[in-house]
Amino acid sequence: MAALMLISYSCATSSSSMEEMESTKTNIKPLSQVEAPTPDPRVGLEAGLFDAEEASWNMTMVAQKRPPEKYVGVTNSDLAFKGKYAIQGNYNGFLIWDISTPSSPKLVTDFLCPASQSDVSVYGDLLFVSGEGLGGRLDCGTEGIDKKVSEKRLRGIRIFNIDDIKNPEYVSNVQTCRGSHTHSVLKDPKDDENVYVYVSGSAPVRPSEELPGCSDAMPKEDPNSALFRIEVIKVPLDNPEKAEIVNSPRIFENLTEAPNHGMSPADAEQLAQAKEEGAFVAEIGGQPRIIPDRYVQIMLKQVMKEQGKTGEPTAADSAMLRKKLPEIIAERFGGNDEETEGPQRGPNQCHDITLYPEIGLAGGACEGYGLLLDINDPANPKRVDAVADSNFAYWHSATFNNEGDKVLFTDEWGGGGQPKCREKDPMEWGANAIFTISEDNTMDFQSYYKMPAPQTTQENCVAHNGSLIPIPDRDIMVQSWYQGGISVFDWTDPNNPVEIAFHDRGPVDSTQMQMGGSWSVYWYNGAIVNSEIARGLDIFKLEPSPYLTKNEIAAANTVTFEQLNPQGQPQYDWPATFALAKAYVDQLERNNGMSMNSISTVRKKLTKAENAPEAERREILTDVAEDVKKQGNNSSQPQKIRKLRNTLETLSTK
Amino acid sequence: MMNISNSLWGRFILVVLFVAGMAACKSTENTKTASSTPEKDSLEELYWARKDSAKMSFTQADVKFMTGMIAHHAQALVMSRLAPKNGASQQVQTLAARIINAQKDEIQSMQKWLRTREQPVPQIEINGLILSITLDGKPYTSYRKMRGVLAQEKLEELAAARNKEFDKLFLKYMIQHHAGAVYMVENLFDTDGAAQDNRAFRLASDIQVDQRTEIERMRLMLDKLQKSS
Repeated sequence: MAALMLISYSCATSSSSMEEMESTKTNIKPLSQVEAPTPDPRVGLEAGLFDAEEASWNMTMVAQKRPPEKYVGVTNSDLAFKGKYAIQGNYNGFLIWDISTPSSPKLVTDFLCPASQSDVSVYGDLLFVSGEGLGGRLDCGTEGIDKKVSEKRLRGIRIFNIDDIKNPEYVSNVQTCRGSHTHSVLKDPKDDENVYVYVSGSAPVRPSEELPGCSDAMPKEDPNSALFRIEVIKVPLDNPEKAEIVNSPRIFENLTEAPNHGMSPADAEQLAQAKEEGAFVAEIGGQPRIIPDRYVQIMLKQVMKEQGKTGEPTAADSAMLRKKLPEIIAERFGGNDEETEGPQRGPNQCHDITLYPEIGLAGGACEGYGLLLDINDPANPKRVDAVADSNFAYWHSATFNNEGDKVLFTDEWGGGGQPKCREKDPMEWGANAIFTISEDNTMDFQSYYKMPAPQTTQENCVAHNGSLIPIPDRDIMVQSWYQGGISVFDWTDPNNPVEIAFHDRGPVDSTQMQMGGSWSVYWYNGAIVNSEIARGLDIFKLEPSPYLTKNEIAAANTVTFEQLNPQGQPQYDWPATFALAKAYVDQLERNNGMSMNSISTVRKKLTKAENAPEAERREILTDVAEDVKKQGNNSSQPQKIRKLRNTLETLSTK
Repeated sequence: MMNISNSLWGRFILVVLFVAGMAACKSTENTKTASSTPEKDSLEELYWARKDSAKMSFTQADVKFMTGMIAHHAQALVMSRLAPKNGASQQVQTLAARIINAQKDEIQSMQKWLRTREQPVPQIEINGLILSITLDGKPYTSYRKMRGVLAQEKLEELAAARNKEFDKLFLKYMIQHHAGAVYMVENLFDTDGAAQDNRAFRLASDIQVDQRTEIERMRLMLDKLQKSS
């Protein structure tokens, strides 16, 4: 039996048997005071397949299920959810787990039908599975295909009916020219008869002998080229076997953005201050940079030497250098040519598209660009903005915050098979980039976030899939970093993303890199479900900490769905509950939005109301709502006060 | 005339880059105790057996691809290493640093792929502009005929260029070099039975998408440079 060592650094100290103590004793801290465990316990974990050493902080593994025999040693991939089931893609097919008891998931179905990457999505009774690899067969056979052209090959989307969860029925296929690396399912709020599947393929184009009409010529030579476009499949819900490609929009055309986003606000602020303090600032590579003192000294000496001066530099020499600096820099770095470019073709494919129908937008992670798409007309997505970033190698996926005024893009540098979290790999590379979205749908760069624990060369590690956790009024995300483990971080302040929980295992093998780690980790109806490439399926729960209270977690658990595809992002809506009210109160304490006295009073009354008979409860709640209302004018957080008040008022009418 | 040495500015940029990169990494100590050595259970045995047998599903075309691509990548390292010394702009230096990081890792992955399949592994030695590759103890030179690979005189031309001229030449040659790698991947996929092995499919696909993306970025950079002169 494998010995499993779990090192837990939970900061939780609250005792559930002493509920009433809550009102007077809390351990809530602002995010500026996060104390991560030091030394980081993720560094130096021992290797193992099913018995690797583990470290976690503020989250606990409640279950670990190994893959069934037919699937072990074969990559586990993405996840989708329907009711009490988690559907896990595997390069050999898919697995369906009953996760209604998170501490003991049960495998109810395994369906052998090989094709990488087996990206999965559900809608109603339909299950969509991506096929991209060359060995995928129409008949689900396991023998592969050894011909470059074959009528038996499947590259595209498979559609199953999973009404009878134990007996999935293979309904049909839609073949595409580049296969389907990933896909996203879009339900148009205005259309109840169809769903749309956006297909992104990143492998080379199939020969036209295999799938007629496929061409990898440049669009100039062949207007029907499979390059520089995505595919939109329309699936009639009553006749899924009639699913077909209805559009191949060229959302990349005429991209003219420069391959750089601007400075982050933090950098801009630092620069402004440096300028004020008289630092030498020069534009290098199109961005203003502060010149370090030692180089200023060297340049000063040079300026003086040119004029035949010696000794200590004077104010006049300094002024001379300031005047000459742009010229020196231009000579040294080839100037700053920020002229407009001609029309560009832009990227030739997307890796992944995250649809957020409630706000009518999608985030397209498309090779060298992050795109914002208007999806109000589902079959005709239109690009509304594009950003590029010279620190980003490969735009992989997008996650919006719940309000839809921020978007986070990931950079899957090296494709996920490379160790990009070593101590010397820059923190801007293979990271997340956070953007705000303004009213007119333009994206502005704010900051990077990368899982901070250095990993070994035996661990493939880079930003990968994740989802929002519905903590009210905060943007908190749980994210996969392959063998870098799982990181939970708060990006409410887009300039200061902060890690608040993590889990990590040692490498699969101590002597060489084996593909492994977290492919996808998503929050679903109170559980954090992790698809581990080599190890199987893990389920975690969050532990309360000073940075995320028990009440905030309880409020998150009130948000539930009948189904979830994280690439079709749902909007979170919190029902008015005591948990929600208490979560807001905790947040007011964390950010000094109300005096400790008032907070203490509100908490006492809430506890009393919760335990009171109905009529009295209403009275108390109305009374607390009045108390809170009075705080509104003096608070630094009037919006939070208003949310708390609304919650209390709604509660009082229940 | 100002005379600030190239290497000094090169170092300056590198310092800026790496300080920024490492600021958030903490050097930490391991405080954990060793776990007991567990017996390998049957599922784990099956995992390793399957990993072993998966290694046998390759073709000679896959081997040829890996061998050639290792050499192809090695020349990209030679080219990229020139950037800091030759007065490349900050953008080109960042690009070059990324190419070195990415292709070094990919070379190691491809060497490992060959090693675990008991195939001859190309060994690389770089000495300035001289790239020596040996395969099975013998010099391996056929890579020089591959698409995108620079002839030695072109390499020397690049090594002699400075500043903006270097940027232009570097981008021009690297675009060709990357396009050659993309061609090699397409060629692999166009071969019966090739890239069936998941690891090979993934490595080849990743090289293809990364390099296509970089070609696009380099074209933008080159366009900009050409317009300014």
